[in-house]
Amino acid sequence: MSRRLGFWTGFFVLLMMLFSIVIVRRFTGGLGAVSNLNDEMPWGLWIGFDLLSGVALAAGGFTITAIVYLLHLERYRPIVRPALLTAFLGYLMVIAALLVDLGRPWNIWHPLIFWNPHSVMFEVGWCVMLYTTVLFLEFLPLVFERFRIHRALLFWSRYLTPPLVIAGVLLSTLHQSSLGTLYVIVPEKLHPLWYSPILPLLFFVSAIALGLAMTNVESFLSLRAFGKRLEPEILRGLGRATAVTLLLYLTLRFEDLYVRGVLGQAFVLDTASIFFLLEVGLGAILPMAMLFTRQVRRRPLALLGAQLLVVLGLIFQRMNVAVTAFQLGTGASYTPDWQEFVVSIGLVAIGFAAFALAVRLLPVFPEGPVRHPEPTDPFSALAP
Amino acid sequence: MSVYAILFDQTLCVGCRACEEACQQENHQPPHQAEGLDAESLTWVEDLGDENYARHLCMHCENPTCASVCPVAALQKSPLGPVTWSAERCIGCRYCMLACPFHVPRYQWNSPNPELRKCQMCAHRLAQGRPTACAEACPTGATTFGRRRTLLREGRNRIESDPETYLETIYGRQEAGGTSVLMLLGRTCGTAHLPANVPPYDLPRLTWGVLEKLPLIIPVWGVFLGGVYWLTQRREAVARAEGAEKGEQQ
Repeated sequence: MSRRLGFWTGFFVLLMMLFSIVIVRRFTGGLGAVSNLNDEMPWGLWIGFDLLSGVALAAGGFTITAIVYLLHLERYRPIVRPALLTAFLGYLMVIAALLVDLGRPWNIWHPLIFWNPHSVMFEVGWCVMLYTTVLFLEFLPLVFERFRIHRALLFWSRYLTPPLVIAGVLLSTLHQSSLGTLYVIVPEKLHPLWYSPILPLLFFVSAIALGLAMTNVESFLSLRAFGKRLEPEILRGLGRATAVTLLLYLTLRFEDLYVRGVLGQAFVLDTASIFFLLEVGLGAILPMAMLFTRQVRRRPLALLGAQLLVVLGLIFQRMNVAVTAFQLGTGASYTPDWQEFVVSIGLVAIGFAAFALAVRLLPVFPEGPVRHPEPTDPFSALAP
Repeated sequence: MSVYAILFDQTLCVGCRACEEACQQENHQPPHQAEGLDAESLTWVEDLGDENYARHLCMHCENPTCASVCPVAALQKSPLGPVTWSAERCIGCRYCMLACPFHVPRYQWNSPNPELRKCQMCAHRLAQGRPTACAEACPTGATTFGRRRTLLREGRNRIESDPETYLETIYGRQEAGGTSVLMLLGRTCGTAHLPANVPPYDLPRLTWGVLEKLPLIIPVWGVFLGGVYWLTQRREAVARAEGAEKGEQQ
């Protein structure tokens, strides 16, 4: 066990060293020194993965709080805090990625004073800012509980949590969809299999599916890393909800293709069509069919596999909008530089490390802070 | 409609690059022969072969996509015509580059304090009542500067009087809802690298169609979520009260 921990620690340290070097190069030599972004391809891996996918991966924060606090499905309460933590850290990582990607990051606060209500980016900026604040406030009770500040804790849960949850869902609805709206203004630049006037709706519905799937995957990882055992019925319930949300997403997706008269292009087996079929077939239809199957939901590893497919499939969808469809529509050339990958992977690693630290310091899991993290065999722990 | 515009007549251009030279001088750039638009070349005379040329520069849209998408209004359309960029405001998100239907804005990729570079239609000269440097420098009248209304009429006259030479439409009259740079293209001048698939309407209306609905959606969605909270909470409280009653009776 310690040998395995040693490997991952070594990997993390090496990655952080590389990450630091790339960051220094980025801020001394400009974006061109570390990325293959160019005038024809101004947005690449960082926007597609760190921003578009990152925000959607953090959607578990608003979906799970809505399920527990708005729908009062008490059964899911044990996963509220891990989901909130993931969301909070996720948004911090998104902001960190933006500080790398923005050409003049010291001006990141400018949307506060220079307004342009016609800009989707202006709206996304405000929403991300406000929602990160809401997540911080939703997360504060863990700190109160840790330090036994009972009056603040009581006050929070009685008066602040409900409005905060509603504000969180509202803000998430706005910016999860608006990330799709960003591309509504480039009808001539995105391949028709991805450009759609209902991109905002597609982004919102798929973000819900991705948030649910990610919560499921993250519960499994917590289990593996910290020996946490969850009620299997919680994960099965998440699986059912993911399946229904995916069905809704796929219905919208295919209706939209049909209405715009481009459904045929999905099956001509050119580059676009193959990317589309991989994205929708392997990343949505297959996992949906799996999640609708009782035998799959009853097997923890099969369930995990299906939810991992959902996560990868929807990250692929975001990347296809940001990179594939844009390249096919404009003919721009771009392959991410290795340093772009270092930044993206590095930020994910920092997020994981922060999660591991937080669960040791704060009562994230129902049993309280993790005192002696004992990685258990995931297979035995997952057995029903 | 903005006041001023630039009219470029491809059939009159002899490829002398006086406009490039004047542009570089006006923008304090080292003189060089442009090989496409880039951070140091805000206009470019494209050689199409057989003594045919095309000019490239920012089209200065009437309703600019770049200005619409900019989160901090760093890009703005002056009523005089120019679409200008402000270094003080820009955060460097490059959404303008992604969105521009004419693929115009360029970036200083290798600078730690990068600027967005594109033709500013000599806004500083226009403010003094002078024409753009390129129009002043052009020896053949291929690039002229004037009121947009006048130049549109002039362009139509030239096309009508010589329909064999000119293509029948003015590039920039309708593209992206109309631009402050108008181009007369020759029938036999080869194909310039001008985007052919620019929608004939202003693009900002697409995202505004979504954004303008938000003030209506937010209150409805907020009331709905609050309502769901109150209803399910009440149902639970009622169930709890009934359970307690039953417990008492037993």
